[in-house]
Amino acid sequence: MTSLSQDCDKEKLRSVSVDLNNDSSLLIDIPDALCERDKVKFTVHTKTTLNSFQKPDFSVSRQHEDFIWLHDTLVETEEYAGLIIPPAPPKPDFESPREKMHKLGEGEATMTKEEYTKMKQELEAEYLAVFKKTVQVHEIFLQRLSSHPNLSKDRNFQIFLEYDQDLSVRRKNAKEMFGGFFKNMVKSADEVLISGIKDVDEFFEQEKTFLLDYFSKIKDSTAKAEKMTRSHKNVADDYIHISATLNSIAADDNTALKQHLEKFAELLEKLRKVEGRVASDQELKLTELLRYYMRDIQAAKDLLYRRARALADYENSNKALDKARLKSKDVAQAEENQKQCLLKFDKLSESGKKELTSFKGRRVVAFRKNLIEMAELEIKHAKNSISLLQGCIELLKVN
Amino acid sequence: MAEDREPPPLADAVQTDFREVEEGEDLFVSTVSTLSPTSPEPASFPAEDISTNSNGPKQEILLDDDQEDLFAEATEEVSLDSPEREPILSDGPSPAITPVTPTVIITPRVDALFDRSLDESFLNYSGFLFLSSSAYRGAAITSLSLFSRNEFSVKRRFSDFLGLHSKLASKYMHIGYIVPPAPEKSIVGMTKVKVGKEDLSSAEFVEKRRSALERYLMRTVNHPALVKDPDVIQFLENTELPRAVSTQALSGAGILRMVNKAADAVNKMTIKMNESDAWFEEKQQQFENLDIQLRKLHASVESLVCHRKELSVNTASFAKSAAMLGNSEDHTALSRALSQLAEVEEKIDQLHHEQAYADFYLFSELLGDYVRLITAVKGVFDQRMKTWSKWQDAQVMLQRKREAEAKLQYANKPDKLQQAKDEIKEWEAKVQQGERDFEQISKNIRREVERFEKQRVKDFKVVIIKYLESLVHTQQQLIKYWEAFLPEAKAIA
Repeated sequence: MTSLSQDCDKEKLRSVSVDLNNDSSLLIDIPDALCERDKVKFTVHTKTTLNSFQKPDFSVSRQHEDFIWLHDTLVETEEYAGLIIPPAPPKPDFESPREKMHKLGEGEATMTKEEYTKMKQELEAEYLAVFKKTVQVHEIFLQRLSSHPNLSKDRNFQIFLEYDQDLSVRRKNAKEMFGGFFKNMVKSADEVLISGIKDVDEFFEQEKTFLLDYFSKIKDSTAKAEKMTRSHKNVADDYIHISATLNSIAADDNTALKQHLEKFAELLEKLRKVEGRVASDQELKLTELLRYYMRDIQAAKDLLYRRARALADYENSNKALDKARLKSKDVAQAEENQKQCLLKFDKLSESGKKELTSFKGRRVVAFRKNLIEMAELEIKHAKNSISLLQGCIELLKVN
Repeated sequence: MAEDREPPPLADAVQTDFREVEEGEDLFVSTVSTLSPTSPEPASFPAEDISTNSNGPKQEILLDDDQEDLFAEATEEVSLDSPEREPILSDGPSPAITPVTPTVIITPRVDALFDRSLDESFLNYSGFLFLSSSAYRGAAITSLSLFSRNEFSVKRRFSDFLGLHSKLASKYMHIGYIVPPAPEKSIVGMTKVKVGKEDLSSAEFVEKRRSALERYLMRTVNHPALVKDPDVIQFLENTELPRAVSTQALSGAGILRMVNKAADAVNKMTIKMNESDAWFEEKQQQFENLDIQLRKLHASVESLVCHRKELSVNTASFAKSAAMLGNSEDHTALSRALSQLAEVEEKIDQLHHEQAYADFYLFSELLGDYVRLITAVKGVFDQRMKTWSKWQDAQVMLQRKREAEAKLQYANKPDKLQQAKDEIKEWEAKVQQGERDFEQISKNIRREVERFEKQRVKDFKVVIIKYLESLVHTQQQLIKYWEAFLPEAKAIA
């Protein structure tokens, strides 16, 4: 069991998405989380001035599956068809550090005690980083909801925040899951649908082309950034082994080399910490940024699909109306149907346009903030490395 | 730090077999030291040129017509800093003579050339290494007469280098000199090059080998006794060398070597030496430990090189992806920033690649060299054991002969008795020689180890600083690139 209390790193982690929690009438955060074997239990803390809630300040315990339930419920709500539903947080994945820990255990015999301890510390830090990331991502999901004018008022959202019992009864049962599967199948048909038809509306046509292309590019960039960060971590780990062996050699050495080796080993130990920070900062500012917006763009694409479906419905209703008129049967009903479809389509288009425009703004601001911060951190770490290196070089040259 | 003082290798046996000298003749004589009279091969300075063994195929001889082919391939030239040789002093017998530092500096430089038109047998290296050495004239002494010219270039095959090492090892190792080991053969690497793969890995292989050969030569000429060895001088100077066929793995000599190696390994296990000298016991243990640690360190550094290369590749890959993303981005300022990011990452991937290069050539190769050198050091310790064993065997033999003689005294066989007495004399001499050899090799090893350790300290100190400086350079470049990018990121509106 690992427990996590958020500290000042929270501010840094929250930067991926912006414009959150500006409205103090509903403030949400995840101050604490517990990891029990495979399950993570998040403590969702709410502070509100709204009357719709029973208490002004309260906390509940939620699991990842509860978040997914909330997300899916919102997606399936007709009323929100014209909105970009914030992407669901990904499942907590401790696979990578766990596997590495396992490998480390197997290789324990080949390392010195000092080396093993350091590697273990590194892995524990990695584990912690994964933990923090998953907390952050779940937190941002809720904060996106709370800062959205429509979604924040959702009844299911309220239940999620307030209901002090286990939510599992409300979660998907087998039937619903099958429904979900079916829904996915229909969705891919939609994908074909919107890729093929050229939209009359210039704005949406442009958005469609842009989002489709951008999605595949950002997905690729996310994967490549991840690989880059992982290589960086490998280099930092190598420094640990080299430093440890240098210390062993220095211990046995009784020539003038002893001090040199010791200083060199010490330096490498300090450097690897800096390299580790470079890797993790890059991960947060770059990889996580890309990953987050990749999912957000998927959510925007979902909006486009829904609109395309509404358009298809409208066109079908038109055909049905014509048929009814031909047969002179159920004309009024068909007319009503057509009117409803048109209404829905127009509403979707209007809100969709708003959402997509604000989405672009959000994206640009987030990219700007993160790229600036990443560049500043890289410079800071490089300057730190240089001062460590030059200090050591001077020491060594004196001898 | 105290100036390195190098006593002449064999203070007792100073021979005066030397070549023509210019001024300071007497001075020069006493500094010339040659091999001990008991060494198997006589010290002899080479004649000007050696005729080539013309019973080989035509390819052995480099004709000038082939020049164009040979220079067709691009080569890289790297010359290491010229090392200062340890001054050889005329210590000892004539204190009136003031010690003078000879100022011969030999800088071997190795360039690699390829000639694919040469059709050679599978196990031979078909590339040539273009070897140039510069020996600079010193002020007072012109001990330059070791070499007939100031600066010269010769072409050598890889097998020639191996041949040189083989000769030196057979001449010097059994008297306790640490002979620098030659680089290893690599059938895989060489085959790739032969097959004509023009890719990056074969270019890297050539560079790696070239650099290794250069370091090998540097170490060899840095050794005060080896640099004067006629085979070395011949190697550095002569236009043509007889083909070193005995270095081929499957040649008769090669097989003999393998058999000897196996025999040595067995002997090592069976010889139980009574070590009376604590210094040797301590040193041997020390080198054992150092061997293990250096191998471990070498493996870790190789891993670092590998990971850094991966980092470079992955960064390049990301850079391309970021460029595509930038193209796809419809917000103008962000699009430009992403393209700039892609450019920065591309420069950074180059940086990582160069750092990996430094990781390898500065750090990893030094460790590899020292792992091999320590094997050579362990080898001389083993030789000492063999020498001791030979001495002990001679003592046993002598004892037996004495016993045989005593028996013959009573048997009254005058002719056999005389023979027995002769044999006793023979073995007494051998025992004395054995003891002398043992003492000599022990003395040599002590001196060699001291020199070796000094060199090791120096090498590592230099490399550590150079390596750290390479890391500094990388970080400085990183700052430059990111500082250039920052305004671009801030310009996103």
